[in-house]
Formats: sequence, structure tokens, C-alpha cells
Amino acid sequence: MTTSGSVVFKNIRKQFGNFTAIHDLSFTIEPGQLVTLLGPSGCGKTTTLRMLAGLEHPTSGRILIGGKDVTMLPANERDVSMVFQSYALFPHMNSLDNVAYGLESSGMRKKDARERAEESLKLVGLAGMGGRLPAELSGGQQQRVAVARALVLEPQVLLLDEPLSNLDARLRRQVRTEIRELQQRLGFTAVYVTHDQEEALAVSDRIVIMKDGDIAQQGSPRDLYEAPASAFIADFMGEANVVPCDVITVGGQDATIRIGAFEHRVPSRNARLGPAKLAVRPNAITLEPATGAAFPGQILHSAYLGAHVEYEVETSNGKLFVVDPAVERPLTPATEVAVGFKGRGIAIING
Amino acid sequence: MDNRNRRLDIALGMGLAAFVLIPWYRIEVGFLSFGWLADFPADPAVAPGILHIIGGRWWLSSAALLMAVCAGARFVSDPMRRGALLAWSGALGVFFLSLQGLAVGFSGWTWAISETMFGTLVDGQPSMGAGAVLACVAFVLIFSFGLAERGVMKGDAFIVASIAMLVFLVAIFVFYPVGSMLIGALQDFDGSFNPDGFIRNIQDPSIWSLGCVAGGERCGVAWRTLWLAIMTAGGSTIMGLAFALVATRTRFPFKKGLRLLTVLPIITPPFVIGLALTLLFGRAGVVTQSLSSLFGIEPGRWLYGLTGIWIAQVLSFTPISFLVLIGVVEGVSPSMEEASQTLRADRWRTFWRVSLPLMKPGLANAFLIGFIESMADFGNPLVLGGSHGVLSTEIFFAVVGSQNDPSRAAVLAIILLCFTLTAFLAQRFWLSGKNFATVTGKGDSGIHISLPRPLSIGVHAMVIPWMMFTLVIYGMIVFGGFVKTWGLDNSLTLDHYVRAFSLEFANGTIAWTGVAWNSFWTTMEIALISAPLTAAVGLLTAYLIVRQKFAGRNVFEFALMMSFAIPGTVIGISYIMAFNLPPLEMTGSALILIACFVFRNMPVGVRGGVAAMSQLDKSLDEASLTLGATSFRTIRKVILPLLRPAITAALVYSFVRAITSISAVIFLVSAEYNMATAYIVGLVENGEYGVAIAYSSMLIVVMIAIIAGFQLLVGERRLRRENRVSGIAAAAPTTAIGQEKTA
Repeated sequence: MTTSGSVVFKNIRKQFGNFTAIHDLSFTIEPGQLVTLLGPSGCGKTTTLRMLAGLEHPTSGRILIGGKDVTMLPANERDVSMVFQSYALFPHMNSLDNVAYGLESSGMRKKDARERAEESLKLVGLAGMGGRLPAELSGGQQQRVAVARALVLEPQVLLLDEPLSNLDARLRRQVRTEIRELQQRLGFTAVYVTHDQEEALAVSDRIVIMKDGDIAQQGSPRDLYEAPASAFIADFMGEANVVPCDVITVGGQDATIRIGAFEHRVPSRNARLGPAKLAVRPNAITLEPATGAAFPGQILHSAYLGAHVEYEVETSNGKLFVVDPAVERPLTPATEVAVGFKGRGIAIING
Repeated sequence: MDNRNRRLDIALGMGLAAFVLIPWYRIEVGFLSFGWLADFPADPAVAPGILHIIGGRWWLSSAALLMAVCAGARFVSDPMRRGALLAWSGALGVFFLSLQGLAVGFSGWTWAISETMFGTLVDGQPSMGAGAVLACVAFVLIFSFGLAERGVMKGDAFIVASIAMLVFLVAIFVFYPVGSMLIGALQDFDGSFNPDGFIRNIQDPSIWSLGCVAGGERCGVAWRTLWLAIMTAGGSTIMGLAFALVATRTRFPFKKGLRLLTVLPIITPPFVIGLALTLLFGRAGVVTQSLSSLFGIEPGRWLYGLTGIWIAQVLSFTPISFLVLIGVVEGVSPSMEEASQTLRADRWRTFWRVSLPLMKPGLANAFLIGFIESMADFGNPLVLGGSHGVLSTEIFFAVVGSQNDPSRAAVLAIILLCFTLTAFLAQRFWLSGKNFATVTGKGDSGIHISLPRPLSIGVHAMVIPWMMFTLVIYGMIVFGGFVKTWGLDNSLTLDHYVRAFSLEFANGTIAWTGVAWNSFWTTMEIALISAPLTAAVGLLTAYLIVRQKFAGRNVFEFALMMSFAIPGTVIGISYIMAFNLPPLEMTGSALILIACFVFRNMPVGVRGGVAAMSQLDKSLDEASLTLGATSFRTIRKVILPLLRPAITAALVYSFVRAITSISAVIFLVSAEYNMATAYIVGLVENGEYGVAIAYSSMLIVVMIAIIAGFQLLVGERRLRRENRVSGIAAAAPTTAIGQEKTA
């Protein structure tokens, strides 16, 4: 991989008839980074990716790849390639022909194209499988052929549209590691679309969370998880209980919040004094069987899941979802509990 | 930018060649004979456009000027401005070329308004020739490239150019002729506006009389045609439903044979059924003669008239209706019927209250198809009509007969067109979305309940005699060719085949001495040329409709499909009216036959292609695009290989249709290019039934051989998974054919 280009979106707007899919999108991707577009279905992430590929054209705004304006260029004249959700392997060509297809399209001699394709298949661990038709490969193998087919063109940017969604859970983890490893080894720029936050956290250098055609928040995986900018982000990046609170002191690294009579110290991260919201991860809540505590609650439901127990707890501040690792001590519904917070997994959401 | 300049250079080169290198106007002996090379460029008859401009045909200079503007625009650097300039001058170029073609005829201005504006022209111009046509094509291409550079259709020049060319062609070969016909109805012989003929004809009592209702006089031809169409549609729908029920809901032993029936209408030239009926029930027919000799029943002429046409049409169209309805009958989910039974309804009640209502939209569809078919049918009324014609034959006789009244033909054609278009629109809007056929992705288990006993007996009582009758009819067709003279001399002979297809070997070469060979080879040649063109245009259109989103796509699709509801006779008459005089003169050439076939049969290719292409995942195309392939390469390397069954179906169908069609063809044939069907009709008119029948059965045999040959050729498939796709794809075109066959 010799070239890896930057990507710039400038004030992109996309309309389908009367429906505005993307409102005013601007972001930049540095060369060599793997950036994930994350969001619920219908948020515009796939549209964004397709505009980058040239499969859709923006209504207004500009797209730059590697510093060159490609806004009006058709897909086949852009230096990007794409791994499709369905893989889109040509069913009438064998794996080798599939991989060589792009090279031949750009005018390479058939023999050279095949040699390069062979190397590319080797790169994804499918050496010697070139003669197989897509239908004769397993799901994971098909996925790797799709990746090889995109990578062999040495594009400035590789686009991946939910590449793991057709794989089973176990394979998904393995392939995700492979893709990340390949990207870091070859150092290409990649844009990755998914709706699975765990996948996004695992592979990305940076994550752009989208909602209703706008960017909701962008940053490193750690930023987004630990300092969500809104209740939506907090809930989307791994579940969170959102509890109203008051910030009563802010000093240095820490801030003190109060919920009713209950006070707790959490990392401050630009928190302002006054009413705010608290995003509390389900595993940051402790439960003790007791009554009359400062933050009392009552178990509504419980579900034993082997590694942990999930509870729904009724409190004066609404229902809380709790993941408790203490499987040896199940709490039955209607048990009165004292609710406490741990030091980590809790973030203040301003505004 | 290289790529863009290259393709633009090619278009500009074509434009330059059109003006400088090849004759601008039509050459009488034909462009492809290349006899013009000797006199080029000095002789005015074969001079290129540029010399005509110098020589006084100044109106061509606007087009030449616009071409020069395009060439200049090539060097504009700003892509948006360059695109706009190219698109505008391309569009204006097409506009000016069409305008001058329409405005300046053989002897000067065609319109009074231009004469007053620009003064009288000393000299007119002949029809457009190779140069003018090439210039038009170049302008269309430049227009498309300009739009593509402005990012239209995601900047894909191939797609924009395809759409532009298709719209251009459909406009010329479908809308321009029909438009000319409408205008022709309002014109006098010299082309001036004169509505007298139109008013006289539209009020003609022989068209609109309702005398038969009052008793006594005959009804007008419009009402008779409508009545016949309703009766035929009703008859063939009921028969089709009976066949479909027998095929799916009973334990009838010859179900395979029933399926075979569906192939018959495709391979049978449309007048053959009528011909066979004459052999049976005509005055000299077998049945008539034997009834006469056995019981002394006077041989009547009852067959020649609406009754005979009705029988022939129901025979011809029942298989089509069966093809439509079998899908509908199978589509009714068995679980609905099972649910009805568990709700304590007996079989009779289940059929009337559940199954039949669910089939209603399908029945209405079959009825409308039968209606359009009957309206458009030309062959059977021609053979059986006698003096009781229907609209399609009346149109024919208005042109070729002694009356020679183009205005009357145009009026009749307009009336016929109104009937068929109404039915088409009803089918399109009223029935769309009313389909209850419940085919879901879920495995719909369960079995259809068998029919109530009385109904079962009823449908068998209809189907079995009808099948026998069909067998007898086709038996007659084969047998008829071997009988000396029907009714008079029933001895067997090979004379008819010898007369039609004799060969002589002389001096080591074959001499084609049979009378049929000439038209037979012409037919084969025209069919062979038009079939791949039809398939290509049809599938390209299907690709555009399914895969590309563009403004006016629905209108585009609708217009194409509508062209199929235009009866062949109407197309024929409108082609004569449009292409007999400048700007486009094609009558009497092979070109007009090919154009007619391509644009009449294309919708079937479109239907089949749309059905097959909808089965292909769109991300396959997108993957190919993102891998750097152009959309042309994508079509060639990815889509076409996956569409092979649909392509075969389209090829076979358009080939066979070109052989069997008669209605439009009979207007367009000439001494040089005579088609088999037109020749056979001529034989029938001369009373040479034997040779006609022999020739018809030969055609049927040839078509069966071709269809079987294609089936074998398709053969070997490489992908495991394609079978699933192709299974659907192969099934779809046959259905489309069934729905779209209008004679």
C-alpha cells in the first residue's frame, strides 16, 4: 500500500426527493486512520459512505479525497474501493477472477492482473483458493475475498459497509481483528460503517457517531465511551442509565454530584455547576441488600445470565438497569436494596 | 479529463464526418451499395452537408455552426461551463436538425408560416440521409456527454447517452409516426389543413351506427369490433380459467400436454387458426361437406363473419389467458383455503367465497389482455371477415382498397387506438396493486383443495373438447398442405410443397425455384437482424429502468409499455404516413421492417429483463463500479452473463415474432422485401389455400426447430447459485410474453 489519502467532507447535504438524508456534514479523516461511522439505522451513515464511493452524489457541498476534488466524479473514476455488506462477489466468476476484475478494468494485462490477484488472496490467507466460485466458499472466506478484491487496487481509501453483519458472532470477532491488523500493517485509510458499538470500539482510531443526518459526536473510542456528550451517545455507546443530578463542586480532576441526599465524586471533564445529567453504566452500580439507605431501591426483575445477573431496580430517580457480577448472591424481586455507584463508568453530561 | 476528451473527440469526429465525408441526403439506391463513392462529392445528389450549405441550402448552416460551437467548447477548462455549453449546443443541434427536416420538404417550405417569414425557397430538399442521421447521433452524444460532465446520472456518460439515444429513438419510431397519423387525419392530400375528411369520417354511420340494437340494419364497425373484443375476452378468460383449474386443482392425466398449449400462440402465425377453420367449416370445409352429404344441410356462410372470427380468436387467445391465469390460480395461498375449511365452509363455499374472489384481479387482467388482443388481431378477421370487417381490417382496406382514403384510415386507427389504450390504462392503473396472489418468502405449506364436484365436471367438460378441437385444428394445418384441393379433390399430394419449396441443382449451384423461397429468406434475414437489436434495446432499457434513477423514469417506462398497446395495424398505417416523405423516407426498405419489429417487440425484452434484473443484487453493479469498471463494462462482464436466460428468451421471442407477425408488416412490405406472412395472406386472397397452408406449417416447423435449438444452446451453467436466479428469470419472460402478445 503506497498511497493512503485523506478524506474531507465540506458542508455535504444530500436530499432524496423531499427527504433530507444528510443536513450539513463536514469532517476530515487523516491518512492512515481507520474511522468508523456509527449510528442507528437511518442515520445517514451508509449514505455518507456511498457518497464517498461515488455511488450517490451530494446535493451540495464538496468531497475531497487525497486533496483532489472528486464531488462530481463517477464511482469508477475515484481512487477508492469498497467492501459490501453482501460482499457482492460476482457469482459467475471464481475468486481469482473476482479479485483480478478491478485490475483488468483499469487496463492491466490479464496475466499480470492474475499474478497480483494471487498475491492479494495470499495476503488474506486464501492462497490456492482462487479457482473456487463464491458459492463454494464459506461466509468468512467470501468476506476475505471481498476484502482482497478491494485491497488489490491499492486505493487511497478503503470503504467497508457493515462488513461483518453476515457473519456469525464467533467469526465476527476473528475477522474484525484480522481487518484491523491488516489495516495497521498496510497503513491504508479506511472508512468503516457499522451500527454495532462494540465493533466500532474494537477497530477504530476514531469514531463518528451520526444521528438523523448529523454528526452527534466524534472522537477516539475512549472519549466517546467515557465522556459522552449527550444522553443519546451515552446510551448508544454501551447501555447507560441517565439520571438527573446536581453538580455541587468542581475542582481539578473531580466533581461532586448530588442525587437527592446521595453525594458522589466522579471525573469532572469540563463539568459545570448546576443541574446536569449523569450517565451511569449498568456495571458501575452496586447493590447491597439493605433498607433505609441514602439511595434506596427495590428489585423489579432479575435475570441470571451465567457470568452476571441483570436487574431492573425501581428507585426514586426512575428505573435503573444494573449488571451485577455477584452471581453467588442472587436477589429476588421485591427485595429492598441500597444503590451505590462505583468510581468509574460514570460521566456527567452537561446541559 | 483524458477519458472525457477522448469520448468527446469521437463524437466530434462523427459530427465532422457527417458534414464533410458522407452524403447528407438520402441516396435512392441505398447508402450501403456505396455506388455514391464514384460521384462523391461533386454530384449534388451525393454531396456532403458542407457543399449543400455553400450551394444554397443555407438552413443547414445553423446545425454546422452548432457543431463548431461544440468543437470550441472542447477547449473550455471549467468543467461545469464546458458541460453546460456542450449540453445546450447538442440539444439545439438535434432541435434544429429536426426542425429543418420538418420545415423544408421536397419543393420548399412545408409550413405557410415559415414561407411568410423567410420568403419562398427556390429549391426544397430530399429526405435525410446518412450524413444528416449521423449528425443527429453526434448531437445526441454531445448533449449526453455535456450532461454527464455536469454530474447528471452520477457523471456516467454511458448511462446518460443510453437514455438520450433511447428517448430519441422512441420519439422517432413510436411517437412521431403516431403523431403524424393524428395530423394526417386532419390534412388534405397536399398537406394543407383540412378537417373535412376527419369530420366526415368521424361521423360516418358505417362506423357508429347502432342500427342492430334497434333491429334491422347492421351496427357500425366500431361497435362490432367492441362487441367482438368483449366476447373474445370473456370467452378466452373463461376457457383460460377452466384450463388453469384443470391444470392445478384436479388429477387430470395430461397436465404436461396442457403446458405445451402455452407455446402454441407464440409459434402460430396469427391467421393460421382462421385458415384451419375455413378448411373445417367453410363452404368447402370437411365438416360442412359431410353434413351436407349426410343430412342434406345446406352449406352456409355462417363462418365468414363475427362468429367465425370469434371462434378463431378464442382458440388463438385461450392459451395466453391460460398462461396468465395459471400463475394467479397457483398464487392463491392454500392456507387461505385451508383456513376457510376449518371455519366450516364446504368446498363449494370455499371456492366461491375465498378462492374465486382472490383470483378476481387476475381474471380482470386476463380479460383486458384478451380484449386488447382481439382488438389488435388482424390475421383472423382478414381470413374470416368477409364483408363483416372489424376496425383493424377496415383500416387496411381503407388504404389498399379501391377507396384509398388515408384520412378514413387515420380516423379508424384513432378509434382503435382509443379502445386499446383505454383497456391498457385500465389494466395499468385500476389493476395495479390489486394483486392478491399471495406468494411470500415463507414456505407456504398446505395443498389446494380439490374443486367442488359439479364444478370439476364442468371444467373438464369445457377443457377436454376444447383440447380435442385444438388438436384437430393443428392437425388440419399439417394435413391441409398435403391435400390437392379442399372439398373438391381430397387426394393426397406433395404439389403444394413442391410449388413453394422446390430446389434445383444446376451447374453445381442450388437454384431456389420455389415460390416461397424469396419471402422465406427475406423473413429469415429481417428476423435475424432485428432479433438481436430488439433484445439489446429491450435489455438496455430494462437495465435503465431497474438500475438507474432519473427524472421521468416512470414516464419513460410507461411510454415504452404503452407502445405495445398500439395495435399493429395502427403502427403500420402510421409508419406509412410518417416515413413516406421527407424528412425520413424509409418505406419499401428493409430498414422500416426492422425498425417496426424492434420497437414493437422491445417491451417484451423490457418486461423479461426487468423481471430478471430485479433478482440480481444491486450491490453487484456497485461493486463493479467501485472496482473501476465503467458501467458499459459492468453490463458486459457482470450483468449480461448473469442474465443469459433472459437474453435467450428475448432473442427467441423477438425472432419468432418477426416471423409470425402480420398486422403491421402487411403495410410495410414491398416487392423487394416481402415477408412470409404477407405472402401467405396474398396466397389466401388468391384462393391458393394449399400452398398457403403448406407454407404456414413449414413456418411452424421452422420455429419449433429454432426454439428447441436455442433451448439446447443455452445449456451449461457454471454457477451453483445461478440456477435459483435463472429459474426465476427463465420463468418470468414467458409470463411477460403471455401478457404482451398482441398480434
